[in-house]
Amino acid sequence: MLASIHTPHVDWFAISPSLTLLGGSAVCLMAAVLLRPRDRRWFSAWVTGGAFIGAFVVAALLYDRSPHPQGAIANAIVRDRFGALAALIICGSGLASVGVSWRLRLKAHTAEYYALLAAAAAGMCFLVTATNLITLFLSLEWFSICLYILCAIDVDIEGSLEAGLKYLVVGGFGSAFLLFGSALVYGSTGQVGFADIAHSVAANGLRHDSLLVAGLAMILAGLGFKASAAPFHMWTPDVYEGAPTPVTGFMAAATKTTALVLTLRLMTTAFPAEKQLWTVALAVIVCASLAIGNLGALAQRNVKRMLAYSSISHAGFMLMPIAAGNALGGRALLYYLIPYSAMSIASFAVVAARERELGTAVTFDNIAGLGWERPFLGAALWACMLGFAGLPLTGGFVGKFYAFSAVYDRGWVWLVIVGAAATAVSLYYYFGLVRALYMRAPAPLGLAPAGGQPPRELALQTAVLGCLVVTVGSFFAVEPLIKLARMAASSLGY
Amino acid sequence: MANGWITDTLILLPLGGAIFIALAPLARLAAGLVALAVSLVEIAFWGGALNAFDYHSGASVQLQDTTTWFGELGISYHVGFTGFAIWLVGLAAIVMTAAIAYAVWVGRERARAYFASMLLLTAAIVGVFAAQDYLLFYVFWEAMLIPLYVLVGVWGGPGRLRATLMFFIYTMAGSLLMLASIIVLGISHHSFDMVGPGGFSNSNWIFLGFVAAFVVKAPLFPFHAWLPDAYREAPPEVAGVLSGVVSKAAAYGFLYVAILHFPDPARHFRTPILVLAAIGLVYGSLLAFRASDFRGVMAYSSLAQLGLITFGLFATNLAGFNGAVLQMVNHGLISAAMFMLAGLIELRAGTGKFDRLGGMAKGRPALATVLMTLGIIALAVPGSSAFAGEFMILTGVFTSGWAWSVIGAIAIVLAAMYMLRLISAVLHRSRGVAVTDEARDLRLPELAVLVPLLACLIFLSAWPAAVTDHTFGQSSGTPGLARLVSTNTYSTASGNHVIVLNSPNLMVSH
Repeated sequence: MLASIHTPHVDWFAISPSLTLLGGSAVCLMAAVLLRPRDRRWFSAWVTGGAFIGAFVVAALLYDRSPHPQGAIANAIVRDRFGALAALIICGSGLASVGVSWRLRLKAHTAEYYALLAAAAAGMCFLVTATNLITLFLSLEWFSICLYILCAIDVDIEGSLEAGLKYLVVGGFGSAFLLFGSALVYGSTGQVGFADIAHSVAANGLRHDSLLVAGLAMILAGLGFKASAAPFHMWTPDVYEGAPTPVTGFMAAATKTTALVLTLRLMTTAFPAEKQLWTVALAVIVCASLAIGNLGALAQRNVKRMLAYSSISHAGFMLMPIAAGNALGGRALLYYLIPYSAMSIASFAVVAARERELGTAVTFDNIAGLGWERPFLGAALWACMLGFAGLPLTGGFVGKFYAFSAVYDRGWVWLVIVGAAATAVSLYYYFGLVRALYMRAPAPLGLAPAGGQPPRELALQTAVLGCLVVTVGSFFAVEPLIKLARMAASSLGY
Repeated sequence: MANGWITDTLILLPLGGAIFIALAPLARLAAGLVALAVSLVEIAFWGGALNAFDYHSGASVQLQDTTTWFGELGISYHVGFTGFAIWLVGLAAIVMTAAIAYAVWVGRERARAYFASMLLLTAAIVGVFAAQDYLLFYVFWEAMLIPLYVLVGVWGGPGRLRATLMFFIYTMAGSLLMLASIIVLGISHHSFDMVGPGGFSNSNWIFLGFVAAFVVKAPLFPFHAWLPDAYREAPPEVAGVLSGVVSKAAAYGFLYVAILHFPDPARHFRTPILVLAAIGLVYGSLLAFRASDFRGVMAYSSLAQLGLITFGLFATNLAGFNGAVLQMVNHGLISAAMFMLAGLIELRAGTGKFDRLGGMAKGRPALATVLMTLGIIALAVPGSSAFAGEFMILTGVFTSGWAWSVIGAIAIVLAAMYMLRLISAVLHRSRGVAVTDEARDLRLPELAVLVPLLACLIFLSAWPAAVTDHTFGQSSGTPGLARLVSTNTYSTASGNHVIVLNSPNLMVSH
C-alpha cells in the first residue's frame, strides 16, 4: 500500500538550517517538561543559542555548496545561495536575540519561549527558499503562529496580550489576503510554482489577465503586512510596543528580512512579465511607507514606538531596491539587510536593558543620561541611530547609498529625491534620541535606578557588541559583503 | 604615489588617537595631553607633507594613495592633496591644536569623550581636504558633523539644544542634496573618482546639488539662520573651529569641487552666486556692526568673510583663487583666535555683552595687545596678511566687473568699523560692570594658545607669497592649473569649449 505512494526525493541538506532549529526547539520543549523550573532557563537558552549557531554554520555550508540553484523536494523549495544568505541573516539575528533574551524575566514558559523563537526562525529559513505558493503560505503561517504566541507570552503584561491579539487578528487578515491572492493567481494560470506561473503567463499571454493582476496585488498586500510597509503597517507600533522587547527586536530584524527577501524572489521569478506593474506598485508603497513611517516617528515619545515607525520607514527604504527591479537592486537589498538587522536588534537590546533597569516603558525622557551612565550601551545606541539615519561609519550609509543608486539606475531620480527628503526628516527623531542620551540632564527626572549598580548583562552586551561590529564593520568591508550578495542575487538570474 | 603614506597618516593618526582616548581609562588631564600630543604630531606630519610636495605642479593632486573600497561601482579610498588643500590641512591642524590646548587649559568635563570627538573632527576635516573620490568626500563631510553635533550639544551653552538642532537640520538638508548629486554623477559615469575623466560634468543639476551643501555649511546668505545660535552656544574653541576651519571645508568645496570639476555650470551660475556672496558680505558686516556681543560680531563677520572668499573663488581667475585661499587661511586663524579670546573674556567677566564689558585694556597689557593685534590684522590694515588676501580677491573680481570690487571695498570699510567697535567696546571706554579686579590679564598658558596663531598671521603678513606662490604652482613656465584645465576638457568635449580656467583672466594673474 505505502509503496504505491510516490514520495519525492528529499535533499536533507537543503533544509538543514530549518531542521537544526527545529531540533533545538524540540529539545527546549522537552526541557519544559523534564527539567526543574530553575534549570529550564539557562538550559533552553544555551540549546537555542547552540541551534542558531549550528543553523548558521550549515547555512554557510549551504551557501558554499550551492553555486547553482536547484529545486528540492519536488520543487517545493529551491536550494540556492539567495535563500542561504537570507538564512544566515535570520540565524545571526536569532543568535543575537537569544543574548538579549537571557535576562528576560518571564513568570513561566521560559523554555517554551526559546522553543518558539527557534521554531519561528526555522519557519523563516524555510520560507526564504519557497518556490511555490503553497510552501510560501504554509511556512508563512508556520513562523507567524510562533510569533503570535511570542508577542503574547508575557501574560502578566496587559500590553503583551493586546499585542499578541492584535498581531493575530491583523496578521490573519494579511495571510488571508495572501491566500486569496494565491488562489486568484492559480485560477488564472493553473500553476502554483513560481517559475511555472511565469511560464504559463508567457505561454498563454496572460500578462493583462485581470484575475492574475488582482492576485498579484493581493499577494503584494499580504507580503506588505509582514514587512510592515505602509499602508499595511497599522499593527506595527502597537505590536512592537506591547511585545517583549527581545521579541520586538527579533521581529524587526528577521521578519522583515524574510518578507523582503521573499518579495524579491516571488516578484522576479513568478511575475517577470508584470514587472512594469509591480515595480510601480512597490514604488507607491515605498513612498507611503517613507511618509507614514517618518512623519509618525516624529510624534513619538516612547522609544519602542519610535523604533516601530522607523522600521516602517525602513521597509520603505528596503523596498526601494526591489522596486528598482534590477541587478543592483538585488545586491542592494541583500547588503542593506545585514547592517539593518544588526542595528534593529542592537537598538531594541539597549531599550530592553534600560527597561529592566527602570522597570517601566522607555521614553525619550527617562532614557536621558543613558549615554553617560552606561557608556557602552549608549555608544551602541548612538551608532545604531547614525546607521538608521544613514550616516557614514555605519553600514546603514552604504545600504542607503546602494538603494538610492539602484533606484537611480532604474531611472527614477524622483524616488532618490523622495528618499533623501525622508532621510532628512528622519534625522530629527534619530538625533532626538541621541540628544536625549547625551545632552539632557537626567537628574531632575529623578529616575535613577532603584538601588545599586545596574544589573550586569553580559549576554546582552555581547549581543550588542556583535551587532555593533556588524554595523560598523559592514561600512568598511563593503567589497566582501557585496560579493556575497552578488553571488546570492545571481541565483535569481541577476 | 610614493609619498601617499603621509596623507594616510594625516587622516589615520587623529582617528587612532580618538579611538585610543575613547577606550583607554585616562584621567581628565591625561586625556587632554594625549590629544594635544597627537595634534602636535599631526602638525609635524603636515610639515612633512609640505616638504614632500612639488609646488611647481601645485594644482595637480599629489601624495596620492588608492585602495579599492567597493570596486563594482568604482568607489575607492583615494586620497591626495592639491596645492591649496595642503594649506587648509595646515590650517586645520594648527587651529585644532590650539583648540585642544585651550580645552586642556579650561578643563572640559567628560574629558575622554570631548577629546576623542575633537580628534575625530580633525581626522574628518583633513579627510575632506584629502578625498579624491566623491563618495569618500561625502563620507568625511558627514563625519565632520557627528563630532560637531556632540561637541556643541554636550559642552555648549544654555541654548545648545536648539542651536544643534538648527545646525544639524540645515547642514544635513544640504548634504543630502549633495549625496543625490554624487549618486547621479557616479552611477552615470561608472566612476566616483574625482581625478579621472569621470569626475567632471557640465550638468547644472549636479552642480546645484553640491552647491546646496556648500552654501549651507559656509554659510552664504540666506542660508545662515543656523549660524548665530551655533557660534554663540558652542564652546568657544569649538565655535573657533566651526568658523575657522569647518566653514573653510565649504569654501574648499566651492573651489575644488564646484568650480574646478563643473566649469560650465560654475560659469553659468557665477552671477547668482556672486550676488548672494555680495549680499552676505554687506549684510553680514552690517549685522556684525550691530551685534551686541563679542561672539555675535565674530559670527556675523564670519558670514561676511565667507562672502568675500566666495567672491574671490567665483571671480574664477588665478588672482581670485590665490586671494581666496590666502584669505581662507587668514580668516581661519583670526576667527579661531578671536573666538578663543572671546571665551577667555567670558571666563573672566562672565559675559560677552558689550554693555557689560569695557575698559579691559587697563592693567591687562597682554590681553589688550593680543586683541588689538588680531583686530588690526582682521580689519585688513595694509601690510597685514588679510590685506594681501582681500587685495588679491578684489583684483580678481575686478576683472569680472568693477562693481563687484566696489562692493568688496565697501565691505572692507565696514569690517574696519565693526572690528574697531569691538576693540573699543572690550578694551576701551569706561570700565564695564562685569569687569572686576579679579578679571586677570591673560596668563602664560593662555598666551601659549593664542600667540602661535598670532605668530602664523604675522608670518603670513610678512610673506603672503608663502601661500600664494605655493598653491597653484604658477612659478614654472607651465601654469600649474593647466593640469586641471587639461582634465577639464574631458567634460566639455561635448561641444562648448569655453573653460573657466582657460579664460584670459588666468593670464592676468601675477
